[in-house]
Amino acid sequence: MTDLYQSQRAMRQMRQQAMQRGVVAILDIGSSKTACLVLRFDGVGQLSEDNSIGPMAGQSGFRVIGAATTRSRGVQFGEVTAMQETERAIRTAVQAAQKMAEIRVDHVIACFSGANPRSYGLDATVDLEGQVVTENEVARVLSACEVPDYGAARRVLHAQPVNFALDHRSGLSDPRGQIGQSLSVDLHMLTVDADVIQNLVHCIRRCDLELAGIASSAYASGVSVLVEDEQELGAACIDLGGGATGISIFMKKHMIFADCIRMGGEHVTGDISMGLGIPASTAERIKTFYGGVHATGMDDRERIDIGGDTGDWEHDRRTVSRAELIGIMRPRVEEILEEVRARLDAAGFEHMPSQQIVLTGGGSQIPGLDGLASRILGQQVRLGRPLRVQGLPQAATGPGFASAVGLALFAAHPQDEWWDFDIPVDRHSARSFRRAVRWFRDNW
Amino acid sequence: MQPMMPSLRDPAPSRLRYRMQRWMLTPGIRLGLRLGVPLALILGAGGAWLADGARREALTTYVDAQWQAIQQRPEFMVNLVAIDGAAPPLADHIRGIIPVSLPVSSFDLDLEAIRQTVLGLNPVQSAQLRIRPGGVLQIEITERTPAILWRSRTGLEMLDETGARIYRVATRASHAELPLIVGDGADAKVAEALALIDAAAPLGARLRGLVRIGERRWDVVLDREQRILLPETEPVRALERVIALSEIKEMLERDVAVVDMRLSERPTLRMSAEALQDWWRIREINSSGQ
Repeated sequence: MTDLYQSQRAMRQMRQQAMQRGVVAILDIGSSKTACLVLRFDGVGQLSEDNSIGPMAGQSGFRVIGAATTRSRGVQFGEVTAMQETERAIRTAVQAAQKMAEIRVDHVIACFSGANPRSYGLDATVDLEGQVVTENEVARVLSACEVPDYGAARRVLHAQPVNFALDHRSGLSDPRGQIGQSLSVDLHMLTVDADVIQNLVHCIRRCDLELAGIASSAYASGVSVLVEDEQELGAACIDLGGGATGISIFMKKHMIFADCIRMGGEHVTGDISMGLGIPASTAERIKTFYGGVHATGMDDRERIDIGGDTGDWEHDRRTVSRAELIGIMRPRVEEILEEVRARLDAAGFEHMPSQQIVLTGGGSQIPGLDGLASRILGQQVRLGRPLRVQGLPQAATGPGFASAVGLALFAAHPQDEWWDFDIPVDRHSARSFRRAVRWFRDNW
Repeated sequence: MQPMMPSLRDPAPSRLRYRMQRWMLTPGIRLGLRLGVPLALILGAGGAWLADGARREALTTYVDAQWQAIQQRPEFMVNLVAIDGAAPPLADHIRGIIPVSLPVSSFDLDLEAIRQTVLGLNPVQSAQLRIRPGGVLQIEITERTPAILWRSRTGLEMLDETGARIYRVATRASHAELPLIVGDGADAKVAEALALIDAAAPLGARLRGLVRIGERRWDVVLDREQRILLPETEPVRALERVIALSEIKEMLERDVAVVDMRLSERPTLRMSAEALQDWWRIREINSSGQ
């Protein structure tokens, strides 16, 4: 675990450096688009004279000064498949955002959706040495968590203490300073494939940028899309992305589960392209203009030109009715939602006190999706858009930017992770004692 | 790997262009380009031009000529010296000694040096110099006010109340209104002498002057060769005592040569020789009469 500590702490240190410099870039590397936001941190601004406006969920501390989007190439299912292409996409987005911000950015916080995330719930209990819970005790209970064997080729992406319990009192968010006998902790750990992270880090390094943080985009979109009471009472955020659909379940303002389905909007486009025999770009266009999931009688009469440039008059004048288009799209969307349902069931979502489901991501803009989703996922379904943050251009306020905005919030107010707590003192002392013994043995 | 139909245009910047743009967005580089490059160009061009010695010389001569031309403009010329607050002989004297040959540019005038020269004159207590619009060098003088005459070994001099010399005076009679002090070191104690002279006001015209004895104490000299010897400390009180005695007993009216107040607990009188003879005679008559 020590190397994890080291790398994550190095990243955290980099983020603090970026905060001190005041400028950090947010990079959302998705399958269909790569978005880059440049944030400027200039302290928590006073929004009103009489404090009638609060800190607004933390987004008042920064301002978006540059935003750019470019089409992703070389990213499939939220994973880098062609390094050169991904690097170029990152370069394009970062350059445009820098140009808009008129400032050079050196630190990047990135998120990605794929890489087979897997959630683990860990817990541990220790008896307190003294009566009072100190930082050291918290670190000790965190290090006492029994880490499952998640595989050599995987890395821990998030490890957040979700809940502390002191004796028989549970639900403590910050037990420090309280008095009790035994302290226990619930920890949510998310692991992903190591090589995906390696590829991503390599791409970012090749763009002369320093990685100041990395997050799962399912987590980031949950942070930005779920409103405060949903995060508190329990809700699931479904991020319908281009190549992958992220699922994150929040409760008590902590993510307690995250997963990813390797299906998304690009598969819908692929179905249209294959079913109608048209290029993917045309399929994407008619999907966004005419797509839907509920066919009505009106849709039979609405003909859509699907065109072509073969020179064959008959072939180039093909039309398709909107009902046919919907007939192609709906099964795939249903499949995605059913897969989401299966994953939620596997996670035990039905045992949650509140079963709110929020759909976001670019795919959630399909007309009629909320009706279809409520049929499959349950009644409490709504479409979510990311929180408004200062300075964000209108073009970047859509649901497709949920994870970018969430990452910005995450950058401004990072949640405590395991590695933010110090390594317990006894481990330190044991090591230094051993070093002292060795020194004695070497010298006498 | 290569697609069959290459895409129309790659929107991605090349690595070089990307690096270049990032470089240009670096604040230091931007500042350097905006200020540093023009500055370097100007300095470089100037340096290259000045590298030739002849050009440098031409430049210095040109600048000097321009500077001279500006200095010699009529707006900066001083044509007149006006002296206020000084008696005509002193004013003439000042005019004679100030090192200014009119007309002169006000840039060439060193007012402080002139002021020091003027202050070097004995009668001048303070001097203010300024150049008035219209090319006038205005010198405002405060003269020392004569307070006392001092007869020393070298001659008769007029002092002000601080003891500073004003003039050498030819005769006592020309300044009869001023009191006289005599003796070495008397000029250092002019304030005390003036206090004594104030105290001696009841003596009126009988007072001839004060004599500094041994640079430590005063003698008051009256007419008829009378002297009052005062102590070193508190001479004014001693003199007031003598004057009080004299007013009651008319002591000084009598034939007393010296009133010695040097020891305050034992004032002593010395009579003149005739008075002593008279006194002895009277004692003889009295004794023979018994």
